[in-house]
Amino acid sequence: MTHEDLTIIDPKMRAQGVDVFYGDKQAINNVSIDVGTDLVTAFIGPSGCGKSTFLRSLNRMNDTVASAKVTGRIELDGEDIYAPSMDVVQLRARVGMVFQKPNPFPKSIYDNVGYGPRIHGLAPSKADLDVIVERALVRAGLWDEVKDRLLESGTALSGGQQQRLCIARAIAVDPEVILMDEPCSALDPIATAKIEELIHELRGKFAIVIVTHNMQQAARVSQRTAFFHLGTLVEYGKTTDIFTNPKQERTKDYITGRYG
Amino acid sequence: MAVVNDHTVKAFDEDLNRLRGLISEMGGRAEQALLQAMTALHKGDLDLAAQVVRDDKKIDALESEVEQLAVQTIALRAPMADDLREMIAALKIVSVVERIGDYAKNIAKRVALMDQTRSIEAIPLLMSMSSIVAELIHDALDSFAARDAELAVRVTVRDKNVDDFYNSIFRTLVTFMMENPKYISESAHLLFVAKNLERMGDHATNIAEMVYYVVTGEHMEERERGEQPEDGAAEQEQG
Repeated sequence: MTHEDLTIIDPKMRAQGVDVFYGDKQAINNVSIDVGTDLVTAFIGPSGCGKSTFLRSLNRMNDTVASAKVTGRIELDGEDIYAPSMDVVQLRARVGMVFQKPNPFPKSIYDNVGYGPRIHGLAPSKADLDVIVERALVRAGLWDEVKDRLLESGTALSGGQQQRLCIARAIAVDPEVILMDEPCSALDPIATAKIEELIHELRGKFAIVIVTHNMQQAARVSQRTAFFHLGTLVEYGKTTDIFTNPKQERTKDYITGRYG
Repeated sequence: MAVVNDHTVKAFDEDLNRLRGLISEMGGRAEQALLQAMTALHKGDLDLAAQVVRDDKKIDALESEVEQLAVQTIALRAPMADDLREMIAALKIVSVVERIGDYAKNIAKRVALMDQTRSIEAIPLLMSMSSIVAELIHDALDSFAARDAELAVRVTVRDKNVDDFYNSIFRTLVTFMMENPKYISESAHLLFVAKNLERMGDHATNIAEMVYYVVTGEHMEERERGEQPEDGAAEQEQG
């Protein structure tokens, strides 16, 4: 199933034999995958293949769905994230998430970014928080566009800016992993290009996992690609291999547009 | 071979089929050009030779048509995996086929410069060599049409026969020139004909290697290609 020399030494996250159920329905079937620290990993696959479900199990977002049940083992730095001792709030600070539709809080730009650091106690003083907010906005490539209007509402920004604000919000708490669930599907091509450039910039600072319907995007931004189909991980490999020479017939049919 | 499903977007399949059709047509014309050029040479048929030269324009036109279609398909359909490999291979293959057409044209152009070739004993050897080369070109393009990696490997292995023929014709002609100085000019032309045929065989091999890449996604390994000819005579003659 996997390609050669794919070994990820010291993976940031490791999933082993993961099943996810919604009630009786099994959405993910025995998925094992390593996510590299310095890599962008893309999950691709047709609608309903389980890629978003699996992504959401990586920071226990599925806990919010009453019927969802996750079995198997998912580790962050070797630590079982489903262990009873795991603090879920802390986990989600370490494994941040950016959603399909930009969802800024109905608060100022400053507060959108500063909220997380404040509640996690990362900013003892207002001056500290100023530094954190600026740094996150700079990293998200939004600082120059908003530095003179930090007290305006986050919802007043354009869609692409809102999404970068959400990325700034995610990175403000200094996470180790950022999960992105189709972060560009509501954006125009220019805003999409900016997000992709941002992903490129952030690579190496955070482990990034991105779910995308846009295969060109997966090809552009990631170094590893995982193809999901009907709840299983069909193929996982270097992005260049997956897109030029996939080993599995199902992967090939999907990426070449032959998926029936 | 694996069953290849149709694309969800049917127009993509139409583009691919058109591309394959154009490449087949181009290959057929190149093969025909070779056979006609050799017949013209054998019979001293100047009209047929002139026709080969004229027809080469159609091969050139097909090349640019394939190039345009491939570039357009890459731009509009963003092909992936084996589709992408096929586009890249198509671009390379047509430039190779165009070269084969040029070599045939070059042979045809020599017909008018030679009036006494029929008395030269290397001619039957050249005719045999050319039919092997024509088969290689034919099979290389068949392997592309059928996505047949095994046939492609066989083409590369058989190219060794062409190289052997070349070395043998080279020796025959050199000996012949020493014994018959008045035929030196004709013999020199025939040496170039032999060299052209040898190059066409190499180009058929190039096509086969591209086909192997399209089908398997891997580059053909040295051992599968069969041994390269030592071709000492060829090196001397080339310089």
